[in-house]
Amino acid sequence: MPTTAPAFADVTASDSTLRRFLHGLPGVDAVGLEGRAASLGTRSIKTTAKAYAIDLAISMIDLTTLEGADTPGKVRALAAKAVNPDPTDRTTPTTAAVCVYPDMVATAKEALKGSEVKVASVATAFPAGRAALPVKIADVRDAIAAGADEIDMVIDRGAFLAGDYMKVYEEIRAVKEASGSARLKVIFETGELSTYDNIRRASWLGMIAGADFIKTSTGKVAVNATPANTLLMLQAVRDFKEQTGVQVGVKPAGGIRTSKDAIKFLVLVNETAGEDWLDSHWFRFGASSLLNDLLMQRQKLATGRYSGPDYVTVD
Amino acid sequence: MSDGRLSVFKTYKLYVGGKFPRSESGRVYEVTDPKGKWLANVPLSSRKDARDAVVAARKAFGGWSGATAYNRGQILYRIAEMLEGRKDQFVREVAQSEGLSKSKAADVVDAAIDRWVWYAGWTDKIAQVVGGANPVAGPFFNLSTPEPTGVVTVVAPQESSFLGLVSVVAPVIAAGNTVVVVASERAPLPALSLGEVLATSDLPGGVVNVLSGRTGEIAAPLAAHQDVNGIDLTGADEVLAKELEVAAADNLKRVFRPQAVDFSADPGTHRLTAFLETKTVWHPTGSLGASGSAY
Amino acid sequence: MASVFEYAPAPESRSIVDIAPSYGLFIDGEFSEAADGKVFKTVSPSSEEVLAEVARAGAEDVDRAVKAARKAFGKWSALPGAERAKYLFRIARIIQERSRELAVLETLDNGKPIKETRDADLPLVAAHFFYYAGWADKLDHAGYGAAPRPLGVAGQVIPWNFPLLMLAWKIAPALATGNTVVLKPAETTPLSALFFADICRQAGLPNGVVNILPGYGDTGAALVEHPDVNKVAFTGSTAVGKAIARQVAGTKKKVTLELGGKGANIVFDDAPIDQAVEGIVNGIFFNQGQVCCAGSRLLVQESIQDELLDSLKRRLSTLRLGDPLDKNTDIGAINSEEQLSRITTLVEAGEAEGAERWSPACELPASGYWFAPTLFTNVTQAHTIARDEIFGPVLSVLTFRTPDEAVAKANNSQYGLSAGIWTEKGSRILAVANKLRAGVVWANTFNKFDPTSPFGGYKESGFGREGGRHGLEAYLDV
Repeated sequence: MPTTAPAFADVTASDSTLRRFLHGLPGVDAVGLEGRAASLGTRSIKTTAKAYAIDLAISMIDLTTLEGADTPGKVRALAAKAVNPDPTDRTTPTTAAVCVYPDMVATAKEALKGSEVKVASVATAFPAGRAALPVKIADVRDAIAAGADEIDMVIDRGAFLAGDYMKVYEEIRAVKEASGSARLKVIFETGELSTYDNIRRASWLGMIAGADFIKTSTGKVAVNATPANTLLMLQAVRDFKEQTGVQVGVKPAGGIRTSKDAIKFLVLVNETAGEDWLDSHWFRFGASSLLNDLLMQRQKLATGRYSGPDYVTVD
Repeated sequence: MSDGRLSVFKTYKLYVGGKFPRSESGRVYEVTDPKGKWLANVPLSSRKDARDAVVAARKAFGGWSGATAYNRGQILYRIAEMLEGRKDQFVREVAQSEGLSKSKAADVVDAAIDRWVWYAGWTDKIAQVVGGANPVAGPFFNLSTPEPTGVVTVVAPQESSFLGLVSVVAPVIAAGNTVVVVASERAPLPALSLGEVLATSDLPGGVVNVLSGRTGEIAAPLAAHQDVNGIDLTGADEVLAKELEVAAADNLKRVFRPQAVDFSADPGTHRLTAFLETKTVWHPTGSLGASGSAY
Repeated sequence: MASVFEYAPAPESRSIVDIAPSYGLFIDGEFSEAADGKVFKTVSPSSEEVLAEVARAGAEDVDRAVKAARKAFGKWSALPGAERAKYLFRIARIIQERSRELAVLETLDNGKPIKETRDADLPLVAAHFFYYAGWADKLDHAGYGAAPRPLGVAGQVIPWNFPLLMLAWKIAPALATGNTVVLKPAETTPLSALFFADICRQAGLPNGVVNILPGYGDTGAALVEHPDVNKVAFTGSTAVGKAIARQVAGTKKKVTLELGGKGANIVFDDAPIDQAVEGIVNGIFFNQGQVCCAGSRLLVQESIQDELLDSLKRRLSTLRLGDPLDKNTDIGAINSEEQLSRITTLVEAGEAEGAERWSPACELPASGYWFAPTLFTNVTQAHTIARDEIFGPVLSVLTFRTPDEAVAKANNSQYGLSAGIWTEKGSRILAVANKLRAGVVWANTFNKFDPTSPFGGYKESGFGREGGRHGLEAYLDV
């Protein structure tokens, strides 16, 4: 088992100490949180700042396909797009990763050979997470064996909502161990946790258990990444680093489709966690259609004309 | 009255902090009926008496304003009950003080008792009438509630020594304020006797404090007093009222100006609301789930 | 310190507003010069650029304006409420249509960030007119008896911190209830009121119903003193408020006063900390702290003082001070040189009395009137900066140990306008709110305003309420 940060050894000593710690975290006022997120959303990012933000956002995308209909062809096309997002402009940065199911990792790995683009794989009975731990671990090992650089696990929301925090904690630790040197993103499915207090608790639980990233959602439920839940998670990683010196990344996923939205998220990062997180190593967007919108905006900045969907690739 | 029995005179005293002190100055003045017949010697209050009354009223404010509205109503009703039992005394004093016939004085006392009953019923309704929720355009529950202003000086009407007095004091305490009342200068006896009723009506000491004396002399320091929050000028003449209003501006007291009034008419609510502040509290309502979830 | 993500300047276009070189008084539907020909200049506090020359009303002009308002009163008050309502609805709509123009104008003349004029001032201005428009034909149902009558001519004197919003707070209820108005805007911010005069003309408002008299304190005093004014409404300093209260003593003039404050923002150890930090920042740095209801005293429970102050300081370091027209500016200019010097004097007193001063690294523009966001720790109730209203971006931090002590300290002030409470415990909110002697209490939020919500103070913060059903009373003969 990986070691827990020593600062939290007493926190994870028992069910009750863990519960007391999580329930002792400061509460979240929903209206205030959403108000702050909305007010940061009014920042006006223009010209040079916008160009910077668009390239940064592209470099932070985990270009994702998580469909039952995924095929090797689809994954290879996605990988090609990740490496070369805009065939008309080779200065466009690559995305951070492609994100696929474990059975597509090998295909993706092959397609990305020689590039800097990572392969991330969802695992642990994604998206519901409803399987026994050995099954989840097998899922992770499968992905790792196929060459995944990053594992996006889902937590057991049922256990979390039932108050069995220790079970969630131990699962994350087990997955972390099975992931080896791959970076671990822990998905909370914030839409199912439902309250901001729960999202803050889950964030700390994940970080204490050794998450390298905390991630909002699977993209498979009604409510996915929002400015407010991402802001809250950014506050959590900021506070965790302040307390422990350990930096944890954040990945909003699902529902971010426009450049405007992506830039708003980057403003949240900039003004909450700070510039240490303005890097694809520490912040990611789980998205697919976002990339094309960023590319069209990028073309607009370069040419002064508004672009159209025929000028970006559909993959 | 049996033949030849010498009656027992009452020594009229102030009513301050639930006690019946003489004026600290040791001074008294003669009170007569409208024809000049001597009725009693009553305390001629000083500025120090006024100061002591304010201290007593301030001390009583927390408890009285914090009492439940229901409790305040019960106590005001109790005052009516106590008065009913001592009606004869007040009829006599009002008749003497105001030069009224017994039957006219009895009407006045009845009306005064009924006025306590009227205000007793208001204590737990005024907040519903003048307060309420405000439908603000945002995720907030916003509620306005009336709260008592604090310590209020009441310059009681000069002519209507009892009904007028009750009509100006009752609404102020019904709203939860505490009062320093300057009794009618010429006809203070019913006011001083009212103190005796208040003292036996479960009204906490200091909620109402009664001072007798020269209206201008007592009211001036009260109008200027920095720990008095409001002043009802009903019993002040035009010149005095202006002086007092000017003095009251030093700490921005709420001022109720003198106005023509028929104390036998329906009193309405404006004397209740004159010494109420509106407090508005905003509470976020938030969403049940994380943003965007459907509830 | 250059950051990685440097926001490029995003200035709102100034060309949307066309400021004339000079403006007259607006009396009886016409612009005219002052009788004595006096004028004054209004400058942009962020640059000291002269924006326009404005006529300065004297006693003679006040008399003319009051006469115009009196003349208009008969017809205006006799109009069916539904017709008055429609004029107010028209005004509300025109304000919405011209809101960008007015926001830019207000930012130029006042110095506050465009973000605030655009997102707070102007929407609230329009909402206020819209709200009171609806009352005009429903006064029978407002709880003031059947057919409550207007007072007559209202003399209104407003401050410079929310020029157009304070105008709306004054004019909307006055007109809805059937009064006519003579309004004096502040000498440093006359322009939006003069633009409003133009809006009245566009709306077809009858002449004399609204009269605007730019000027200084002497203009306001002449208006308050005028024997044919029936109602005085003032928002501004407590000192002037007291002078007005003395002036009107012995008259029949009805008065409402909305004056100073020294709001306590109370943070308990179980507060939602991140939101509390935002609330503290919003409470004292909104409009550069030039807000009567600002949360200028932070009362923090001693057990979380260090943690809260660390978070607060970190947050203050992200505030962006500069060009008020830049859409990303959080902190704009101080309204005037005079106000800047008042702030400076009080801050020096704070240091001289031993409080510890802190500001984030923050470069101030070379021209204009600026003051960096500032907080003072080690402040006690005895410090001048804990008692006097600074009316600037300066926060005094005090501590408390128990809820009782918090309430006692919060109430230990001549003022009683606003307060804030931060705790996750619902019963504590209700208990503390109940004990606070303040007209507006924000629980787990701060500086929220709405036309339906009554606003006004206890104690020396003034009397009367503006906003909501309560706000009608100030303009009715009840």
